[in-house]
Amino acid sequence: MADEVILLDYWASPFGMRVRIALAEKGIKHEYKEEDLRNKSPLLLQMNPVHKKIPVLIHNGKSICESLIAVQYIDEVWNEKSPLLPSDPYQRSQARFWADYVDKKIYEVGKNLWTKKGEEQEAAKKEFVEAHKLLEQELGDKTYFGGDKIGFVDVALIPFYTWFKGYETFGNINVEKECPKFIAWAKRCMQVESISKSVPDQDKVYGFMVEIRKKFGLE
Amino acid sequence: MATANQEEVRLLGKWASPFSNRIDLALKLKGVPYKYSEENLANKSDDLLKYNPVYKKVPILVHNGNPIAESLIILEYIDETWKNNPLLSEDPYERALARFWSKTLDDKILPAIWNACWSDEKGREKAVEEALEALKILEDEIKDKKFFGGETLGLVDIAANFIGYWVYILQEIAGLELLTLEKFPKVYKWSQEFINHPVIKEGLPPRDELFAFFKASASK
Repeated sequence: MADEVILLDYWASPFGMRVRIALAEKGIKHEYKEEDLRNKSPLLLQMNPVHKKIPVLIHNGKSICESLIAVQYIDEVWNEKSPLLPSDPYQRSQARFWADYVDKKIYEVGKNLWTKKGEEQEAAKKEFVEAHKLLEQELGDKTYFGGDKIGFVDVALIPFYTWFKGYETFGNINVEKECPKFIAWAKRCMQVESISKSVPDQDKVYGFMVEIRKKFGLE
Repeated sequence: MATANQEEVRLLGKWASPFSNRIDLALKLKGVPYKYSEENLANKSDDLLKYNPVYKKVPILVHNGNPIAESLIILEYIDETWKNNPLLSEDPYERALARFWSKTLDDKILPAIWNACWSDEKGREKAVEEALEALKILEDEIKDKKFFGGETLGLVDIAANFIGYWVYILQEIAGLELLTLEKFPKVYKWSQEFINHPVIKEGLPPRDELFAFFKASASK
């Protein structure tokens, strides 16, 4: 029976990128539908009535919402290759913990870094560096958070790297100087095919951030 | 039942916290013996800081010396480690739904209700409106199921312990009528099933003490 897989997404969304990476890693044929977030499609509103957000994964007509939940779903259904979560329950709990940390912390501190000014921005810079240093500590000497191959945490985190040019420019921060191990990890990830072919380049995202700042008068 | 030798299960928690209580409920449902230590968040123990350096919060489950933090993550760990009375279905889609609803409870529904109960005069109307919207989302989801998981209690029901028990206490203290039989009959009915479940009944903190605890917080 042929599987029908559709992804409702927005090209610049780090959350959407997570699902794209998971689909690519597993070699899952799917249809990508770009949403206009100012004019959401009836399909999106029908498939995610509670939050009305992307990404939404639709598998044989059933919708799975929330990026990390969709990635776990993909890992569980297409389980014959490239496992993203470890098999040991304790290791799994730690992978979930750090992916959840990315959700709770990384998105917020990044956002504050490029949208705030003055004291608030200074505070955001400090938090940004602290958070990435903590992640460096968690990575340790491993090649990826998943070990020898990319795993759940790598997939959760790497999309935010595509926003770094904007973070650095508007946030006035040199991430490589502050967190060299983090940048080294990110560059290794960008060499992984399922990641590099699933995410936009930093220049394109930077252009998008410039537009947003103009639109919302953040300059 | 919990297996064998060298099995040490410890829960660092706070008796009045619904997040901490979720772990008590799950361990009791699985029949896992554990040691409980009450944490004073104004004076955090060395163990708390050692086992959860990132957030410095409870609950924390420590299993054979390995700590796990964040209640929903702990619940999944418990379910994967002790296989009896499963909290999650084996079907990946059902699991995704359960995870979605647990997360929605934490991200959207609980905060809306909590804010309404603690709102001041100025923000009250809007906060109450959002709380009622949040309860409507649950009402539409529970439909005529006995539990969120279906016939048996599962992950979402445990995650919704705040809705089943804490909401009644908090809304009374705040002088609000958020969750009532008239407004949300299905969620109300679910809450009665929930608190009358034999294991849950024994696992929830005593109502009078919980009421007194939050009433004291309200007058500060």
